[in-house]
Amino acid sequence: MEYEIVIGMEIHVELGTKTKIFCSCPTEFGQDENTHTCPVCLGMPGVLPVLNEKVVEYATRAGLALNCEIAHFSKMDRKNYFYPDLPKAYQTSQFDLPICTGGAVGIEVDGVKKDIGITRIHIEEDAGKLLHESADGTLLDVNRCGVPLIEIVTEPDLRSAEEARAFAEKVRNILEYTGVSDCKMEQGSMRFDVNLSIREKGSEVLGTRTEMKNLNSFRALIRAVQYESKRQIIELKKGREIIQETRKWDDAKGVSSSLRSKEEAHDYRYFPEPDLVPIVLEPSYIEKIKSELPELPEAKKKRYVDEYKLPEYDAGVLTTTGVTARFFEEAVALYNEPKQISNWMMVEIPPLLKENEQSMETITITPAQLVELLKLVKDKVISGTSGKEVLKEMFISGKNAGDIVKEQGLAQMSDTGELEAIIEKIVADNPKSVEDIGAGNEKAYGFLTGQVMKATKGKANAQVANEIIRAVVAKHLA
Amino acid sequence: MSLIREDVTYVANLARLEFSEDEVTALADQLGAVLDYAETLSGLDTSQIKATEHVLAVQNVFREDEIKSCLSNEDALANAPESEAGCFKVPRVME
Repeated sequence: MEYEIVIGMEIHVELGTKTKIFCSCPTEFGQDENTHTCPVCLGMPGVLPVLNEKVVEYATRAGLALNCEIAHFSKMDRKNYFYPDLPKAYQTSQFDLPICTGGAVGIEVDGVKKDIGITRIHIEEDAGKLLHESADGTLLDVNRCGVPLIEIVTEPDLRSAEEARAFAEKVRNILEYTGVSDCKMEQGSMRFDVNLSIREKGSEVLGTRTEMKNLNSFRALIRAVQYESKRQIIELKKGREIIQETRKWDDAKGVSSSLRSKEEAHDYRYFPEPDLVPIVLEPSYIEKIKSELPELPEAKKKRYVDEYKLPEYDAGVLTTTGVTARFFEEAVALYNEPKQISNWMMVEIPPLLKENEQSMETITITPAQLVELLKLVKDKVISGTSGKEVLKEMFISGKNAGDIVKEQGLAQMSDTGELEAIIEKIVADNPKSVEDIGAGNEKAYGFLTGQVMKATKGKANAQVANEIIRAVVAKHLA
Repeated sequence: MSLIREDVTYVANLARLEFSEDEVTALADQLGAVLDYAETLSGLDTSQIKATEHVLAVQNVFREDEIKSCLSNEDALANAPESEAGCFKVPRVME
């Protein structure tokens, strides 16, 4: 029997607001425990939450960027559960009337394009952080309590780990562009839940699903899907039934294990939040946010191909993240050589970022500095090889390309007189090569060029040097 | 529509409440009576009435995204029965 994997995802994204969703505490990550709290997010009796207007704006923007309908009327609900990460013993979320519904995101895997449906996006508050460090208890840090989240829920449209990854990356890309979140996975700004089931290929009926929560990297997402789908197929082949449950993914061990039976745990007894009033969005408000949406990755990629004449591959790489695209566009604005800039950004910069523990978010080189270097290469002041060395030095010292070239004497030797003297000597010292060339072995030219580069420490202008070598050899053979 | 004992024990479990057999019987009767009373509402014709999504006739109460002062760590933990390392301490939970 041939099996088919069916996956639906829930993606939690922390919104990049300055303050929490229902109170004025800052959302800043990485602060001392329990220093960003107030009676509202601590869940003290008698407090009144008030919704942050930016949360509504960001959720609307995210919904529009993901092709959703924005609800004219939505409301907040209480989701009740007992777990000490939420002091109130309920999470304020949205149940039956979420702010966004019915979106779609296009993905492409192995050349096959498909649309992944988005069922809904709702706004809610994040929970606190439990620390399992105490010898005889669990410690709670409330700082993250009330940090605004959107939860994006998909249709069960995904069919493989690769599709899940492509979708997650696409969503991250779009949200980062729209500026609603920094999408920093390592800080938990984006987390994935995976609902996965197996069915006979061609069947319309869904199998029993399991849920894996809080996968916090693309790698964990892929591995968890691969492991869990394999596990379920083995169970089915053995004639066993899949139990509907929440499973925990252990990324270190690479296995998932049963966490709790789902049915009862999921009776959240939702009811309307009496302390928060409905959100009513007029078409004019939605239109305004729509008109302010930045150019999204898909449109940008197309423009790079049309306007800058870049290959589709280059355009795809450069538009992967908003910061990369912004860097590229700033460079092109200063220097109209899109392909040269693209080559250096795709080939030379990534390994140097890694070497210097930087990323495109934290890169220390400015587009203007890169452009200065590329002009030196283009004008043949330095060779491409020297250019790479200069770039390396720019990362380390932060100096400008021109200064490094001067300090290290890297300017190419195009002075024919000086080069002639060096070449005369090399040709005279290598009579065997001259003989070989005379016998018709053109390869010997390569050896002589190599000797010239060695003698000039790579600074010889290769084109000029080759012309002189040919002239000098001809003279010797005459 | 009276409440049966199973409903009482199910809801009690979700609310982490423990009752004796006698208490469950009493609660089933009492809560059942409450529900029966609420049930009188279904005698009304509501087919022409819009569903109530919220009891208040107010909408769009927002605040600006501006940071205001927080409690100190000490004040935040002042009412905690137990604390450790700047955190609230609760009975050990499964990770």
